[in-house]
Amino acid sequence: MTEYLLDVQGIETHFRTPEGVVHAVNDVSFNLKEGETLGVVGESGCGKSVTMLSILRLIPSPPGQIVRGKALFMGQDLLQMSDTEIRHVRGAMISMIFQDPMTSLNPVMSIGKQMCEPLMLHLGMSKKDAEARAVQLLGMVGIPNPKERLKDYPHQYSGGMRQRVMIAMALSCNPKILIADEPTTALDVTIQAQIVELVKRLRDELGMAIIWITHDLGVVAGLAQRVMVMYGGYVIEEAPVKDLYAHPSHPYTVGLLGSLPRVDDLQHRRLFSIEGQPPVLYQTPQACPFAPRCKWAIERCWKENPTLESISDGHRVACWVNIHDKGARS
Amino acid sequence: MTTNQQEVLLKVENLKMHFPIYRGVFQRQVGSVRAVDGISFEVYRGETLGLVGESGCGKSTTGRTILQLYKPTSGSVYFEGVDLAKLRREPLRRMRRKMQMIFQDPYASLNPRMTVEEIIGEPLQVHEVASPKEIKERVKELLSLVGLNPAFATRYPHEFSGGQRQRIGVARALALQPSFIVCDEPISALDVSIQAQVVNLLEDLQEKLNLTYLFIAHDLSMVRHISRRVAVMYLGIFVELADRNSLYQEPLHPYTQALLSAVPVPDPVIAAQRKRIILEGDVPSPVNPPSGCRFRTRCRLADKICAEAVPEFREVKPGHFVACHMVK
Repeated sequence: MTEYLLDVQGIETHFRTPEGVVHAVNDVSFNLKEGETLGVVGESGCGKSVTMLSILRLIPSPPGQIVRGKALFMGQDLLQMSDTEIRHVRGAMISMIFQDPMTSLNPVMSIGKQMCEPLMLHLGMSKKDAEARAVQLLGMVGIPNPKERLKDYPHQYSGGMRQRVMIAMALSCNPKILIADEPTTALDVTIQAQIVELVKRLRDELGMAIIWITHDLGVVAGLAQRVMVMYGGYVIEEAPVKDLYAHPSHPYTVGLLGSLPRVDDLQHRRLFSIEGQPPVLYQTPQACPFAPRCKWAIERCWKENPTLESISDGHRVACWVNIHDKGARS
Repeated sequence: MTTNQQEVLLKVENLKMHFPIYRGVFQRQVGSVRAVDGISFEVYRGETLGLVGESGCGKSTTGRTILQLYKPTSGSVYFEGVDLAKLRREPLRRMRRKMQMIFQDPYASLNPRMTVEEIIGEPLQVHEVASPKEIKERVKELLSLVGLNPAFATRYPHEFSGGQRQRIGVARALALQPSFIVCDEPISALDVSIQAQVVNLLEDLQEKLNLTYLFIAHDLSMVRHISRRVAVMYLGIFVELADRNSLYQEPLHPYTQALLSAVPVPDPVIAAQRKRIILEGDVPSPVNPPSGCRFRTRCRLADKICAEAVPEFREVKPGHFVACHMVK
């Protein structure tokens, strides 16, 4: 039980909307070992962010509600903790960084003040110690002249710099887990490369576990050890990174990989496109949520929603069809 | 590729677009944002020219200035031999039928209070090329052309998904049967699985209607996929222009090299082996670009000459242009 740093079991999150109850996260289970990097891939609305927010109990309620499930962090269920306990976990054990650093930073507070606050609050540091630590953290994430820049406000930093500040703040209390929710989506490729390299270096230095949420299968390939693909609130495939890219086994994963042009492609080929759009689920589906867009769908797919089954060591897939037998790309 | 024998549809010469900055009580001009600062290139009929660069490098401004949505500060834009920068009012309006634009955000670029029929029919109405009855027919034709059900004509934009909205944007751009379309990041706001749908549509239409595209994007893999030639922009100027394969296989400019090495490859085996050139710092301000070569502040090869002289944008191999002192 305690071999996992984080062990999530059957999380289900619903949102009440005027159109009905949206089943945003459905029976999601996964785990994370110490120091491991897990990539979570999926399109917008697939439930990847809501899953992580649910674990940290950051879902606004109402309209959101975590209906069932467990999230064991070092053996303790995050979903059963008192508000004080979960606040301590969020501040000092599991940190999260978001896509848009500008909306995560307070525009009328200097960077230094924003960085010192959690240090004084969670670690009980004095103002002087906190400032020294803030300077050290900014230096660690590669911000030049950290001492002078503490006095600056968020608008005086560029997008890439702001994301570095966010990372520095997330790391300030030495978290066990860093959850990164599309941290590079708003950035240019050159800046994205800077941030990814930075996170890799910090991971190796500090030994923390990372959950990297993204829609970009490219970034995950170079960063994660394990990848989990989500669709319609379900985990539909999970595998070690090399295995997933070499033998994608869910039609959706195969489609996603086929729809990406590659910068190292020599020949012009027509992109594989998945027709239709991702679903919004208003009830527990009786069919596979991907069936309407799937070209391999068989009768069973319309009657029963497949569950995640293991097909090889560490590789789990939720699909009734063995698409490799049907001539999918190997 | 013998591009020389092809028909030049668009020829841009030393195009500049500076936006003035006003300050103080008297609103005196204190400087200018040099968004596009002297670019020259040609686009051939029926091809796709990709335009890549980081945000703020001037790629969208280039597209808009070519279409005369901004009045250029200086320079010429020859479209089918006519200098658009010199045209005014009616003659320019008539030329506009031949050049259209597809915008990045399919949510912001469609009027929420207009039906699809009104949106797609508007250019036909404005240019007075068809009767109301003909417009109705034409809208239906256009909808099926972009893969939407003609019965959707009476619906409003909010009833469509992002990918479908972008199709409506494409149909509107095609309404006047243009020969040239500026695609300004047409897929960046869409989900991965939807991007491929729209790109395939653009490719099919190009083949069917012999369209010419200027495809602006920051996604280098997608640009490689769709373009025949690719131009790389940095801080208002072109630093490299070449046909697709030579640019991606043998990039000559250090900026292009860094940009390409930063693109993530969806393959863990290759990703582990690849050497990345990580650029330091951020793009300098276009108000005060560095002297000489604009890239020198972030360049690993920068030398004395780079600060002193502006590198010429020259053809180093047939069809391969680059602006760098270090390229022999």
